Amino acid sequence: MSTNVTVKKPEGEVARVERTRDRQTYMPNVDIIETPDAFVVLADVPGVSADGVDIRFEQGVLTLHGRVEPRQDEQHTCYLLREYGVGDYLRSFQIGEGIDSEKIEATLKDGVMELRLPKSEAFRPRKIAVKAS
Amino acid sequence: MPGGFMNPFAAMNQLQREVNRLFDGYLPSLGAGFGSATVFPALNIWEDSDALYAEAEIPGVAPEDLEVYAVGDELTIRGTRKPREGENVAYHRRERGTGEFTRVVTLPVNVDADKVKAALKDGVLTVTLPKAEEAKPRRITVKAG
Repeated sequence: MSTNVTVKKPEGEVARVERTRDRQTYMPNVDIIETPDAFVVLADVPGVSADGVDIRFEQGVLTLHGRVEPRQDEQHTCYLLREYGVGDYLRSFQIGEGIDSEKIEATLKDGVMELRLPKSEAFRPRKIAVKAS
Repeated sequence: MPGGFMNPFAAMNQLQREVNRLFDGYLPSLGAGFGSATVFPALNIWEDSDALYAEAEIPGVAPEDLEVYAVGDELTIRGTRKPREGENVAYHRRERGTGEFTRVVTLPVNVDADKVKAALKDGVLTVTLPKAEEAKPRRITVKAG
């Protein structure tokens, strides 16, 4: 449920209506793996579909947001057992140098998001050929 | 190598603490779920007059690695979450548990095992368990005496 309220803003400010969301946000569990040419982030985001993914890279911070629509009408569901809550996922990572941010890729499968952050050329391991003299 | 290179990820601790606070005691951590006392997978179960519904979050489990059984008033969910394969990888952070899991729950009523359905979508398992005929509520006609 959302309510739009018109608020008078001082001149020069742009009014923006945020979506009202009265549900929880959870921090997903992640694995961070390094391969020779990339870092890979795996995040558990069950219930997130491809159109609910929002990944941003801003000022060295990579933010992963997964939107989860409620699966039940919480007000009218007769729970017998309730061991977890359903809500959005949010987690941010500070990315140091050495990542080619233009080439970050994301895939989603079975509720696991995979972010691939390729290392920039300068940071990749190189095999140095030894010349026979 | 500059020191910053080996671990370019520094999670934003403040945010994590805040989110963890919401998390604590509410959602069992999957990472702790394997090999510790925490039960995995966590379950939500609800009902209406015709059926029971069990839902579990099991991200990263392929349908072929999952088994669901229902007998009488017992529901069993069993599966394996496989680690990522690949050589030449180094873990900087490992919070996602892997391995086998089994969860058995006793339901409040018998279910019609032949009509149980299970669906897995985006890492969420939903099992629909129609109640056995004798467990369904019946409306009793009241006769005027």
